[in-house]
Amino acid sequence: MTNPGDRGPSAGTGVRTPSEPVPVQRARPLPGPPVDTPLVIETRGLTKRYGARAAVDDVDLHVARGDRYGFLGPNGSGKTTMVRMLLGLVFATRGEIRVLGHEVPREVHQVLPRIGAMVEGPAAYGHLSGRANLDLLDASGPGPRAGRRRRVGEAMERVGLGGVDRRPVRTYSLGMRQRLGLAGALLSQPDLLILDEPTNGLDPHGIREIRELLIELNREGTTVFLSSHLLAEIEALCTTVGVVDRGRLVLEEPLEAVRRRTGRVVLTTPDADRAAAALGAALVDRTPDGGLVVAPADGDGASGLARHLVGTGVRIEALVPETVSLEDVVVRITGPGSDRA
Amino acid sequence: MVVELRKLFRRPRTWVTIGLLCLLPAIVAVFLASTRIAPAPGQGAAFLSAVLESGSLYPAAALALVLPIFLPVAVAVIAGDTVAGESGAGTLRYLLVRPVGRTKLLVAKLVSIVAFVVATVAAVAGTSYVVGVTLFGAGDPVAVVNAIPQISGPGGGGSSSAGSGGGTASAPSAGGSASAADPAAPAPAAPGAPAAGTSGAGSGAPTQLDPTEARERAADSVASLSGDPLSPADLALRLLGAMAYITISMLGVGAIALFLSTVTASSLGATLGALAALISSQVLVTLDAAASVTPYLPTRYWLAWIDFFRDPIFLRDIRAGLIVQAAYVVVLMLAAWANFTTKDVAQ
Repeated sequence: MTNPGDRGPSAGTGVRTPSEPVPVQRARPLPGPPVDTPLVIETRGLTKRYGARAAVDDVDLHVARGDRYGFLGPNGSGKTTMVRMLLGLVFATRGEIRVLGHEVPREVHQVLPRIGAMVEGPAAYGHLSGRANLDLLDASGPGPRAGRRRRVGEAMERVGLGGVDRRPVRTYSLGMRQRLGLAGALLSQPDLLILDEPTNGLDPHGIREIRELLIELNREGTTVFLSSHLLAEIEALCTTVGVVDRGRLVLEEPLEAVRRRTGRVVLTTPDADRAAAALGAALVDRTPDGGLVVAPADGDGASGLARHLVGTGVRIEALVPETVSLEDVVVRITGPGSDRA
Repeated sequence: MVVELRKLFRRPRTWVTIGLLCLLPAIVAVFLASTRIAPAPGQGAAFLSAVLESGSLYPAAALALVLPIFLPVAVAVIAGDTVAGESGAGTLRYLLVRPVGRTKLLVAKLVSIVAFVVATVAAVAGTSYVVGVTLFGAGDPVAVVNAIPQISGPGGGGSSSAGSGGGTASAPSAGGSASAADPAAPAPAAPGAPAAGTSGAGSGAPTQLDPTEARERAADSVASLSGDPLSPADLALRLLGAMAYITISMLGVGAIALFLSTVTASSLGATLGALAALISSQVLVTLDAAASVTPYLPTRYWLAWIDFFRDPIFLRDIRAGLIVQAAYVVVLMLAAWANFTTKDVAQ
């Protein structure tokens, strides 16, 4: 299991604005055919067209083993289509997919038993109980009959449905259905969880429970790939984020790297005017509460800036690297509104 | 595969369908038994007058009642729902990522359709046997259709109209008879000695075939009741043969609905599509101008099961019917397979 922190130096493709052309060369080359790669999911040039419209457009996705990967994008940006292609439900128009070292969809049957998935909301037979539904699901799979009761019981327990029984799923709330769907995904103790909007319909308490469950599973070695349109959810859960906009992957980075991407420094000082004069062109912006946003010269970080400012007699109250929230980044690179044509 | 069967038979709808199918012959039997008015020759479903003599023939009459409409509708509903229903409910994607192979799923669905038809036919035959023997007594079944009809080219069964004919023919004959026997007293019916059969075992009385068929055949052949009693074993064998044939006849419908079920995400659409195909087939079967295609229509040989009750059993149409149904199943299953295995499951 790879620690997300020590991914290769070239992890990620960097931030691009939508107007920028997509670079032909991606930072991380797709490894050859070896079956045991540290990448659990990788796609190359993956494209799905519906008529003239590309739901997924030339996506190179890289999910490393042990990641909690957040696939973030507004509604209708192609997340679900992407997830379906990874699972062999939808066939790509172009491009390659490799999941757990196997080619999809050609070898999808070798990988699916190791994947737990939730695709676009839970689904169950309404006239049966949750347990009966899981029973059927388990029986449909290739797994052994032995231990079915235990597996089903454990999965229900894990998602917090242990106390519920006999009631037909028809009477479940959306949150309970969501939990049941998750239980179904956990049935086979998968190496990889692919979850499409798993916290839809859950209350804040439920969202937190699911998040803790996913983190726990991840700690036990399960790679989690999760799509969401909720920034906060991804920010709270994921170690790596991929941002998709109108079918294109516009960012793929470790979350930490995304957050400290600016390289700028915020200076808080009582001598703002003097500081501004001393900084000249390096002063690029002001924060709402009077801080100065400074872009230090290349190779000249916060420490160099501090020395320079002290030399000019500016008193420094605080000098902190500017941190950017995921939201800032996403909004900047995906532009306004999610319901554009 | 077992899972599909469990799904099928744990659905209340399945049982309601089977129950309704069993109910219709029972209702007809009650009317018949209480009035003892057999449908006039050439009307009503096959065997309806014969059962007045022996209740043990009632399963055959019951099958003749449900075959033209109710059974195909039930099969189309169940088969149309197989894939489209799962797709619409969203459970299809979870099955496929379980993973269940698409080919395997399709085969399992076909098996479940077969199981449904077998269960339904058996249930109808079983209940109607009980009902028949209770209401009409287990007299010697003598209604072997003796004459071998001349199968004329355009002839055959338009069973769409036959069903409604069977349903309405029996109801008015019961309800409209003011002089009917006291309905509250279903006669226990001494074996072999029916009290009020309009067309007795006498020679020359036309046998009840399916109405349309009977009407058509009355012209060129006179089918008559033979006096030879059937041994219970013989009757059972003939009944089993007829049940098996009817089951197979329904597989063509099932295959059409299953194929459509892989095409559309709406189970209603698949069901209606299959029924539309059947009705078209029925219309064409009765159309002389379409004589060139009638031998290949799925409903053309549906009524050939009656031939199991001829003496000797007349196999030509039965064989042809089996071949036609097999061809439909094979072709449509291949089409379903080709469609389903290359289809985006994006519902």
